[in-house]
Amino acid sequence: MGNSTPHYPVFLLSGLLVWNLFSVAVGNGTRSVIDNGNLVKKVAFPREILPLSVVGVALVDFVLQSAVLLVFILATSYGFHVEALVLYPLSFVTLVVFTTALTFWVSALNVRYRDVQHLIGLALLVWFWMTPIVYPGGIVQEKVMGSTAPWLWTVYLLNPLMPIISGFQRALYFYVSPDGIRVLPEGSVLWLAGVILAVLAFSLLLLLYTWRLFFRLSGDFAEEL
Amino acid sequence: MTTALEVEDVSKVFRLFRERPSSLKQRVLSGRMRAEDFWALRDIAFEVEEGSSLGLIGHNGSGKTTLLKCIAGILRPTSGVIRYRGRVAALLELGAGFHPELTGRENVYLNASFLGLSRKDTDRVYDDIVAFAELQDFMDNQVKFFSSGMLVRLGFAVAVHVEPDILLIDEVLAVGDEAFQAKCLDRVRSFQAEGRTIVLVTHALDTVREVCDRAVMLDHGRIHAIGLPDDVVREMRYVLLGGVDPGFVAEEGTREAEIAAVELIRASGAGEGPVLRDDPLTIQIDVRTNEPVDDLDVDFAVLDGATNHPVIEERTSTHGIVIGRFDGKKRVRFRIPSFPYTAGKYWVTVGLSSRATGHLFHVQTQRYLFEVIEVPRVQEHIEVVVEAEVEDL
Repeated sequence: MGNSTPHYPVFLLSGLLVWNLFSVAVGNGTRSVIDNGNLVKKVAFPREILPLSVVGVALVDFVLQSAVLLVFILATSYGFHVEALVLYPLSFVTLVVFTTALTFWVSALNVRYRDVQHLIGLALLVWFWMTPIVYPGGIVQEKVMGSTAPWLWTVYLLNPLMPIISGFQRALYFYVSPDGIRVLPEGSVLWLAGVILAVLAFSLLLLLYTWRLFFRLSGDFAEEL
Repeated sequence: MTTALEVEDVSKVFRLFRERPSSLKQRVLSGRMRAEDFWALRDIAFEVEEGSSLGLIGHNGSGKTTLLKCIAGILRPTSGVIRYRGRVAALLELGAGFHPELTGRENVYLNASFLGLSRKDTDRVYDDIVAFAELQDFMDNQVKFFSSGMLVRLGFAVAVHVEPDILLIDEVLAVGDEAFQAKCLDRVRSFQAEGRTIVLVTHALDTVREVCDRAVMLDHGRIHAIGLPDDVVREMRYVLLGGVDPGFVAEEGTREAEIAAVELIRASGAGEGPVLRDDPLTIQIDVRTNEPVDDLDVDFAVLDGATNHPVIEERTSTHGIVIGRFDGKKRVRFRIPSFPYTAGKYWVTVGLSSRATGHLFHVQTQRYLFEVIEVPRVQEHIEVVVEAEVEDL
């Protein structure tokens, strides 16, 4: 894989940072309310602080790890693709909204159904391999499109994290390697931006829904714990 | 006066599940859930005036703490509205809002921030908090090493120093030693003097009588009695003692003649303080008429606070006293030369009625309380017959 993916650390880190933010927030988010049960039961405070603080911690991690990535980018004397850099803030905002929405959902649900945390652990494992983080998405596209079931690529794209991560990779990594190997999936920057915007719109709706759900359920947190 | 706290038809239902699915797996596998409703609170409505203190009493499981948690915003009422003005600080349970791994100092800041105080504001009152809690030497220790008394002291210290407009206190003060309890009550009084509002949940009925302006008694989630602390506490004692509940009647009568004042005069001549066993006690009743009364009969009864049984019952008529027709004021004294009963609390019921018909003008049921204490005395020397004998073995 090292051969087909030049500057592999840059590729890997640009996707892994995104995944870390997402999985740390969602994974810890499931336990955020029940771990603070003694507070929830005895003190009145805005309950939404608990999942939000988990997202906040994950964001701090993200910033620190980004510094490492920057070191790698500078060390490999690899330049940004200025025209694709616009994808970075867009992907970042989408990532945070999507992550927050899911964190609200799982934190509230886990108070009622305690096995959610185990299911989420499993789901995250599957999700990780469904997303082009350690392997290049471009190769998947090549293989699937050349197979007898090209519609599978559309299914692959339904994963909201896929466009988000592609956005980060497109901004920080390159589209086609100098050797002519296509690492990232095909598509113009504008097209990718459109897909990410669609994910953003979906994430905002999801956030609205899970936020409301959280507030509806949070009234019963003190007695459920 | 404005209303600081308004509780409007609040009900709280807990769902008791027979087979409660606590996981998604069970939820999917089991079909319908069977649940029973448990009404922890039902149609609770009262108001607390700004600057006044309310005592919430009731037996275990009557809903006191649930109500306090609803007021504090920890539980959401199933129906009804709770409105309040200003900042609310709640002292609910031992160590509430403390993180065991953090030091005392960090917990003060954490706790204060829960109560809505900024870091800067907390800096300002930090020294006062520590001084009040008397924990100067322990503030850099983790609170998991604190004793329960230390936790309560720290919790109370923080809660009273954030200057809340409404302070909710649940049965936590019972943990501190007497000196600290006295200090807390002092602080509660100065709170009242500053015009702040207090809601106090306690089993210490005498504290309610001492501190509160009004009291609410809950019974099985409903308001059983609401009114002056003396009246409500008396009702509470009735119910607690498991006697036949006569219903909550503080005073009754048609008031042609009224009890204007009652004083229980001790041996020292004072109207307050404990009564020594075998000391004299005078019950002095001032009567005022609203219209001329023909044949007034004044009576009183002393009831044992522990059993609620009358131990002394007397009336003027049995003493052959005839109070003729009069309009105005009269003073009646019953003298007990030596109060013979053992140490404990005693209630006094006072009544005015008509000699001829038995018609009640005015009755104050168990309105007055006194406490009898026994002081160890040097035994008087009396002749005791002692027999002596020797036998062979």
